[in-house]
Amino acid sequence: MPELVVLRDVQDSELRHIEDYLKVGGYQALKKVLLELKPEQVVDEVKKSGLRGRGGAGFPTGMKWSFIPKNVDKPKYLVVNADESEPGTCKDRVIIERNPHLLMEGIVIGSYAIGAHCCYLYIRGEYYEQAQILSLAIEEAYQHGFLGKNILRSGYDLDVHLHRGAGAYICGEETGLLESLEGKKGWPRLKPPFPAVVGLYGCPTVINNVETLATVPRIMERGADWFASLGTPKNGGTRLFAVSGHVNKPGTYELPLGIPLREIIFNYAGGMKDDKVLKAVIPGGSSCPILTADEIDVKMDFDSVAAIGSMLGSGGVVVMNEEACMVKVLLRIAKFYAHESCGQCTPCREGTTWLKNILQRVNDGQGRPKDLDHLMGIAFNMIGTTICPLSDAAALPVRSFIQKFRKEFEYHVHQKACDVAQVMV
Amino acid sequence: MPTLTINQKSITVPDGTTIIQAAEKLDIEIPRYCYHPGLSIAGSCRMCLVEVEKIPKFQPACNTRVSEGMVVHTNTEKVKEAVSGVLEFLLINHPLDCPVCDQAGECYLQEYYMKFGLYDSRMDENKIKRHKAEIIGPHVILDTERCILCSRCVRFVNEVSHSHEIGIFNRGSQSEIRLLPGKILDNNYSGNVVDICPVGALTDRDFRFQCRVWYLSETKSICPGCSRGCNISIHSNRQRPHHAGGRRVMRLKPRFNAEVNHWWICDEGRYGYKFIDDPSRISLARVKEKGEFLVLTLDQVIGRAGEKLREALEKVGRDSVVVVASPRLTNEDLFVIRKFFGEDLGLSQIDFRVPDQNLASGDDFLLRADRNPNSRGAEAVLLDENGFDLTQLLSMENSRKLQLLCLFEQDLTKTLGEAWAKKFLQQFEYVIYVGSNENETSVLSHLTLPSATYAETEGTFTNFEGRVQKINQAVEPLGDSLPTWQIVSKLACALGYRYNYENAEEVFGELAERVVEFQDLAYEKIGDSGVEIPDISKVQV
Repeated sequence: MPELVVLRDVQDSELRHIEDYLKVGGYQALKKVLLELKPEQVVDEVKKSGLRGRGGAGFPTGMKWSFIPKNVDKPKYLVVNADESEPGTCKDRVIIERNPHLLMEGIVIGSYAIGAHCCYLYIRGEYYEQAQILSLAIEEAYQHGFLGKNILRSGYDLDVHLHRGAGAYICGEETGLLESLEGKKGWPRLKPPFPAVVGLYGCPTVINNVETLATVPRIMERGADWFASLGTPKNGGTRLFAVSGHVNKPGTYELPLGIPLREIIFNYAGGMKDDKVLKAVIPGGSSCPILTADEIDVKMDFDSVAAIGSMLGSGGVVVMNEEACMVKVLLRIAKFYAHESCGQCTPCREGTTWLKNILQRVNDGQGRPKDLDHLMGIAFNMIGTTICPLSDAAALPVRSFIQKFRKEFEYHVHQKACDVAQVMV
Repeated sequence: MPTLTINQKSITVPDGTTIIQAAEKLDIEIPRYCYHPGLSIAGSCRMCLVEVEKIPKFQPACNTRVSEGMVVHTNTEKVKEAVSGVLEFLLINHPLDCPVCDQAGECYLQEYYMKFGLYDSRMDENKIKRHKAEIIGPHVILDTERCILCSRCVRFVNEVSHSHEIGIFNRGSQSEIRLLPGKILDNNYSGNVVDICPVGALTDRDFRFQCRVWYLSETKSICPGCSRGCNISIHSNRQRPHHAGGRRVMRLKPRFNAEVNHWWICDEGRYGYKFIDDPSRISLARVKEKGEFLVLTLDQVIGRAGEKLREALEKVGRDSVVVVASPRLTNEDLFVIRKFFGEDLGLSQIDFRVPDQNLASGDDFLLRADRNPNSRGAEAVLLDENGFDLTQLLSMENSRKLQLLCLFEQDLTKTLGEAWAKKFLQQFEYVIYVGSNENETSVLSHLTLPSATYAETEGTFTNFEGRVQKINQAVEPLGDSLPTWQIVSKLACALGYRYNYENAEEVFGELAERVVEFQDLAYEKIGDSGVEIPDISKVQV
């Protein structure tokens, strides 16, 4: 069994109350940070650990923190992105439910590192229960002096505010989230300026994912070198993989970065359900290009998955067996992005719905010979042409599905029917 | 001052310049919909994508600031493909109803399709149905099917008019421009959203279906609606006289002037042109005989006016004649009035100031409380040492017999109120009215001479800041009407003076020599955007 980082103390249990968390050594890393380390030292340690953002893009966390300008009069903010909305992803939820105080501890350390005295925790509206859990955790942390004025008599102050979103996927994009937090429509912002310079309310802001921040106390506790040694070079630590689909044991597994996808599916998730044949895997949430059964020996770290043309993304592993119709799966994904496009940029606003409409026809047995080329062409025009990556997220699956399962799509177009088995021959 | 190259052309620009601005200086066209220099950057239409060397992704030219050594390409195959792709996206749900769209001919979907599109349509789905032809305010009509959601209008009401009437509602391809609950697009600058709308989504109720834009001629002019002197273009239809009931001036559009009005004009000014082709225009000269108007030739009536003027001067004397000019007249008109009545005839009772009983108010943007375009010029040209004040005369109970009153564009009935105006007019034996439109004062006059409107003449106005700006002739003077300076010149000739100005420029030449505020100013130097005279602002407050 590999070493656990985030789920270490909560493998089979929950530490919802602060007393339980304190019993397993909770808030000790914070004590060490606040009383012994300067903020720059914390940033350096996280940089050294090689921790990369767990939200999906994999940007080095320490570097993100170091972008916060030092000598500005404006307040600085830490914003926690708990708007976990990528289809196939449910890892942050596990952290919040099982170990909310680990997240709180990470929040205080992160805020201290960037010089923030105010933190907003933005959680998706559908996570009502999880919001209750966090609300309680915040309350307890205040009661025990881990939040509020003069934390652990270090002279450092921090307030944390919980904010529930209203259910838009786009508010998980960091600048869309900031807009939403400011009470506006969740339209991602044009960059530059980047949030580190002009973020929430025009002030320097760091936006970090839940899993990223929950990892930080462990790095401070055990050291950067320990953390880095868990993964592969440039991909330090572990990752929470949320495995779903046609497997025997769907669930969230914490595993070291670089573990082969095959091992995740067949060792940890218990292999294919009913011994059906594996057909395809989405490795990191619905926006990631799909992998075929031949590609599952890929190492699950940011760089290895990118090298074969997909993304590690948010760690949502969706496993599909031979009976899954790829047209139908892609249509489902396309529907999601058409519904969630904010409508700001032309290619995404128009392209997502156009893709969906064509795929609907193909799925319904009304495909036309040129449809597949059109889908590819539309997707091509959507990639890299918009303010935020939602357009890419909608287009990349289309491209990869059609490239890798073209015969299946052609069968739909020409035979006006779905016959997955025939294509699989 | 970074130096960059765009399409192999090099240019040095100030810090903070964006690629789109630098390209404009090089005359390289980068297509854009959401970008407007008068509004904040939205960066969402994605038409201005360019390639910048060493940056892997396309960059929006509107939001990318230039840096030293930057190498930009706007015409590579990659960029062309991206731009034509964006255009295709914009058009898939567009109704393509150009034949019935007012914007046709000045629509940037048409324009850019021809320049950057020219692809074969791949759209084979049903288009999204949306709200059509919705009246959203007194001047503007909205067709959301034609809308490309560039958000210019939304930014305008938020950033320029600060009136916040409209917004983008819903999400994704269901996004639509809508009025905010309980609001209508009703502010004094609402017409500007039609100008900045790059497509036919927002059209002008006033101009709607009146004339195709390709029949319009543009003439640079100045709005006569208030003392701001906003720069405008008069759009007139000289090719299709049977359109729009024979109206010649079809609409006014703002004309950029960084010193005066930027890109905007107010609705009061924009829609204040109707008097030019109104049935109330006085197109023929006439005299009143036995209570009935008798239309005669212009020369006959001017001859009659000359006789009346001579009679008054000879029988009673100079102080029996009063001239009321108008701050709506051009500097040239006013100068000829001053020269003939003041200098040649030696009259001292010349003024243009009538105490307006219905004072308008201005706003904190463009509209000024003084609704006259040339008060400043009238002060400079007419007010001198003589010290005559019409207000005193108006408020006095006059015992002495006044002989002749000559009114230029002065509807005293409106400004003074009916009772006061009638009382004043009755003190005169004879009233001459020179003006462009009929009103309650003109019908009381004994002799009426038709003058041209600002759209039918050329000359200059001086705005409240002392900026001298030029108006140009858009259409021919209606009927027998003539510019006021020509009418006065003819009158002077009738009395034996030699007035043979060829055009307004000649009048201005003499004005510049004779009136200190205009000294050293040459007509051709005024150009399209005017010249500010610092001296004039010190003359009068």
